[in-house]
Amino acid sequence: MTDTLIVIQAASGELGKSDLSAVGFGLELASAAGGQLDLLLLGPGAEAQAGPAAALGARQVFTMGGAELETYTAEVFAGATAFFLEGRSYRCVGAATNSASREYFPRLAAVLDAPMASDVLEVESVDPDRAVFTRAVFVGNLLATVELEAPRVLVTCRASEFEPPPSSEAAPIEAVDAPGGLAHPGKAFVGIEAATSDRPDLKEADIIVSVGRGTRGPEEGIPLCERLADVLDAALGATRAVVDAGWMANEFQIGQTGKIVAPEVYIAIGLSGSIQHLAGMRNSRTIVAINKDPEAPIFEVADFGLVADLFDAVPELTAALEKRSG
Amino acid sequence: MKLLVTLKRTPQRDARIRIAEGGDSLDLDNIQFEVNPFDELAVEEALRIRETLGEAEVVVVTVGGEESQQQLVSAMAMGADRAVRIDGGGTLDSLQIARALAAVAAREEPDLVLSGKLAVDDECGQVPAMLAGLLGWPQANQASSIELSADGASVTVVCEVDAGLETLRLDLPALVTADLRLNEPRYASLPGIMKAKKKPVEVLAIEELCDPGATRSRVTGFRALQEKPPGAILGSVDELAEVLVEKKLI
Ligand SMILES: Cc1cc2nc3c(=O)[nH]c(=O)nc-3n(C[C@H](O)[C@H](O)[C@H](O)COP(=O)(O)OP(=O)(O)OC[C@H]3O[C@@H](n4cnc5c(N)ncnc54)[C@H](O)[C@@H]3O)c2cc1C
Repeated sequence: MTDTLIVIQAASGELGKSDLSAVGFGLELASAAGGQLDLLLLGPGAEAQAGPAAALGARQVFTMGGAELETYTAEVFAGATAFFLEGRSYRCVGAATNSASREYFPRLAAVLDAPMASDVLEVESVDPDRAVFTRAVFVGNLLATVELEAPRVLVTCRASEFEPPPSSEAAPIEAVDAPGGLAHPGKAFVGIEAATSDRPDLKEADIIVSVGRGTRGPEEGIPLCERLADVLDAALGATRAVVDAGWMANEFQIGQTGKIVAPEVYIAIGLSGSIQHLAGMRNSRTIVAINKDPEAPIFEVADFGLVADLFDAVPELTAALEKRSG
Repeated sequence: MKLLVTLKRTPQRDARIRIAEGGDSLDLDNIQFEVNPFDELAVEEALRIRETLGEAEVVVVTVGGEESQQQLVSAMAMGADRAVRIDGGGTLDSLQIARALAAVAAREEPDLVLSGKLAVDDECGQVPAMLAGLLGWPQANQASSIELSADGASVTVVCEVDAGLETLRLDLPALVTADLRLNEPRYASLPGIMKAKKKPVEVLAIEELCDPGATRSRVTGFRALQEKPPGAILGSVDELAEVLVEKKLI
């Protein structure tokens, strides 16, 4: 038992950046344990994504699709993964942290009776009966060392902390039939309301323009920030205050209760930098803050700060960057 | 209808937590505690469901030492009817806690279990889904709205997922976890606080309920975040634009 399995939720479309990072995480786990990595792609996109996934350094790629896996539910994904694991032995079973793995991984842990580490930032060691990880606790203000003592452990990773692997020789791909009866009879998927946007996805973007309460909403400062985002081809993010006010939809929220991101550049505009917000963006490579209050806590983590009224500074910055990019 | 709400005692939401000398534990001496904010939302939601129905029982349960009695009382001061405290003794991991809660659920036979989506101390967010898995119940995570059907047999839940808002329908019994936009928890009223002191708290040793098994997940040490060198405060927008371009940041 030295091998690792990484489970990827394969919706339609291509492999995402966080899927690639999860594979990188899997390679780290496998090498720490002295074994190899396999991938399991679950869902309607499994077959299409298997080719690209096979060129990432895994030993083998498995796919599982079919009617019941068409739409994700925690019960089906936990059941499908548990079914796949029957008769197969893996030291670590992992996935990227996202809204799906946050619910189906612990459910799976209960079903498998395996201990789990959530949203780890580092792999310290994986020995035959002990696996050690680093994770963030207390709103990201402290790092904790977590030890799991079991021959098989479950672990999710914060994708932004792991590198996508270089491409390598193609691994074999095997389709596994999903068993019937995975769906919970007491659960029905009614629908999903997803924002459609031409801008890059928050989790994929190199640059994020993030807006706070100081922008005073969609009638005032937010359009100014949107223009800046357009010039930079950046994703838009928001604080909880902005989402609670109904100015932007929930999927834009960054922080403890929203998404955790770490882009190359994070431009924080009119947001104070509460600890819950910092928990979602403090690992960004470069942080830029524009705030009129020199005491705002966001300046404590900013690499570059500008104390200014955003209503002047943001249009000026947009214009200046437009001019430079010519 | 019976609603079971799981809750945890956690340090106050904005408390600055420091590492104790030696690095293997936390210095919690001068820290105030409260009901984990996400669990508080779950308590509030249970109370609202009771109010809508006119009649229902709201039971709060925690796994924790004597000190967490205080948080059960807080939940009862908000309006919960009674409380169960499972005394684990020592450190328990998520699966052990979920096992104890599953045993309570088996005894209480609630129609709906409500939990916070995450505890703000260890931020694992494992226990509710483990509990649903142990019970074999359908689950919904990160709810921003919960609506009970007219016949009381199911709930329609809107969940905040990465892609947007997902709507699920769960037949009861089921488990739902609360996200921040679910509601705004009420403050306990003075009469509520007085009444809470007389409400029953049942204390059970974990062994009375279940075989919790071995502790297989442990926190063995803490580290502070690496200090970031202070950044530069720039004098003008032009300077900022220049830095961004020059450093090839954009
Ligand atoms: C359990 C819990 C979880 C939470 N989770 C999250 C989370 O995931 N994400 C999150 O973001 N928050 C979260 N919060 C909320 C968080 O505590 C803050 O309330 C929130 O982040 C504040 O948002 P803000 O910075 O936009 O607003 P504010 O704190 O009000 O800051 C507004 C800022 O704008 C500046 N400003 C105002 N006008 C101008 C101007 N004209 N020009 C320039 N600057 C201006 C002000 O100086 C101020 O610094 C959570 C809270 C709790 C209790």
